[in-house]
Amino acid sequence: MEERSSKIAKWCLIGISVAFFLLMLIVPLFEVLYRALADGLEAYGTALGAKTTLSALKVTLLATVIAVVVNTVFGLIASWLVTKFDFRGKNVLSTLIDIPFSISPVIAGLAYIMTFGRTGWAKPLLDGINEALGTDIALVFSVPAVVLATIFVTFPFISREIIPLLYAQGRDEEEAAAMMGASGFTIFRKITFPHIRWGLLYGVILCAARAFGEFGAVYAVSKARGKTFTLPLEIDALYMAGSADSITQAFAVSSLLVGMALIMLILKNIVEYRGKRDDL
Amino acid sequence: MYVEMKEICKKFGDYEAAKQISFGIEKGKLVALLGPSGSGKTTILRMLAGLERQDRGDVVIEGKVVNDVPASERGIGFVFQNYALFRYMTVYDNIAFGLKVQKADKQKIHARVMEMVSLIGLEGLEKRYPNQLSGGQRQRVAFARAIAPNPQLLLLDEPFAAIDAKVRKDLRKWLKDMIQKVGITSIFVTHDQEEAVEVADDIIIINEGRLEQMGSPIAIYKNPKTPFVAQFIGTSTVLENMVGFKGYDDALDGKKVIVRPEFVEAFKSDNKKFANMMNAVEEGVIENVVFRGSYLELTLLVNGVRLTTNRSLERRHVDIGEKMCVLLYRVYLFDDKGAEIRKNQLLKGIDVEAL
Repeated sequence: MEERSSKIAKWCLIGISVAFFLLMLIVPLFEVLYRALADGLEAYGTALGAKTTLSALKVTLLATVIAVVVNTVFGLIASWLVTKFDFRGKNVLSTLIDIPFSISPVIAGLAYIMTFGRTGWAKPLLDGINEALGTDIALVFSVPAVVLATIFVTFPFISREIIPLLYAQGRDEEEAAAMMGASGFTIFRKITFPHIRWGLLYGVILCAARAFGEFGAVYAVSKARGKTFTLPLEIDALYMAGSADSITQAFAVSSLLVGMALIMLILKNIVEYRGKRDDL
Repeated sequence: MYVEMKEICKKFGDYEAAKQISFGIEKGKLVALLGPSGSGKTTILRMLAGLERQDRGDVVIEGKVVNDVPASERGIGFVFQNYALFRYMTVYDNIAFGLKVQKADKQKIHARVMEMVSLIGLEGLEKRYPNQLSGGQRQRVAFARAIAPNPQLLLLDEPFAAIDAKVRKDLRKWLKDMIQKVGITSIFVTHDQEEAVEVADDIIIINEGRLEQMGSPIAIYKNPKTPFVAQFIGTSTVLENMVGFKGYDDALDGKKVIVRPEFVEAFKSDNKKFANMMNAVEEGVIENVVFRGSYLELTLLVNGVRLTTNRSLERRHVDIGEKMCVLLYRVYLFDDKGAEIRKNQLLKGIDVEAL
């Protein structure tokens, strides 16, 4: 009797979950593909080949690559600091790392405008630097602004993956290596890195996936279509244009983003599987 | 002295882990740092290794002050409590690590690693990872890894703590043999007095960050200098009150009295062997009898205080509640000035040791 009722419960839960996933995820995603191809492959190809789409793809990839590189370096430094050293304010720092998780990305974007925009307090400073170096860097409504906003919203991903691993490893193995005369770099390379490599890669994938799809923060600091727009912004612009053609184009570009997300998902699962298999 | 600690002090916040610790260790000795958990013994070991820095005092190795020499350059082998084997490296790579760091010649490394593997009796297991080894085997690998680069000093932090009781006994003997074979000066930390007594040439007893006593196991057992040592090494009973004990009526006021089981004799009133000592006998009642494997432990109530004695299984049967004649041969007395052994005055002229 007991067994039978738990079996019923199991199938009920499976049914509910499957229905939910179908309705909320699978059907809408298929809808994207269906609508993208509604006007035929030729229209699909034209939409993807449009100048604005290619520009948006370029900006998105650039922002993603830079965000991943910067956050990998920052994430390693921050997690090393938090787990291997004791200092005043350590808890504050590890809370600060999580801020992008809890703050709406749009606020992050607006904060950049308030800081570096025309009326922002850091604007004269930036102008001074530009003048001195003879450059023309703008930190709002520009590609650098898009990159900065992307970095901001994705920076906890990597450190959050590594910190628990480093805590679990403890300091013993590193001390043992140090006792035998190994340098800090050798210790990192031979002892610490093998322990965190899968977690690090996992964090990189999550970080990249989030960077592709970021909308709010980027929306606040990017206003020039064809120059500083990313894929999500381009989709929004196409969709908002409202003509039948542009809506189909919006779905075509969306399918590109969905494809990139699926690749990330598959990579994530491979990494998870390998990480578990290698876990000693 | 080969290794010396000179007036070492160390604080962690408000907690004093070392208070004016000084001692010296001769070359080739195997020494135990013994104390209850939280006594500061591991901190002392880590300061010797250079993994922790003392607030005051000097660490001297081979006549050189090494306060400013980092752990990596002190040339010390260290065996961690849970071994800290490199989990992503094989047994071979674990043992080779120290030699590789020194950029030794490849063939030399191979020869030395194989020598170590055969020394610890793990031939054929070089390709295994630490998680494929038993606790005892990991301990052996940790030992081999620590001594492979030929350190002049070996430090071991609770080397047997993580191993189950049965294997532990074998490993103790094994480690002692190994250390003698290699001839390396070694210091190990333990909270287990039996382990310290069995393995070490000399014992240093640490309590609450203070060095209580240093000496050979037998010397410490026979002549404890502080009440703590008397209670920590061997079993013993503290007597709050000795009023009324025959033969101890002089000047025991304000002194702490500690009695070991072998200081107490309990016999039946018809036992002829003790006839010449009947004037010193107290009456006691057996409160409890515990079988300890190869002897009986009797708890007796004498003059309102509880005394413990061990009884050979060869002697006559005794029951709980039985009245016994009790002799107290001697006691340890402690006061602020030091320790002494006080013999029962009524037994003067009788050779108690010959019994």
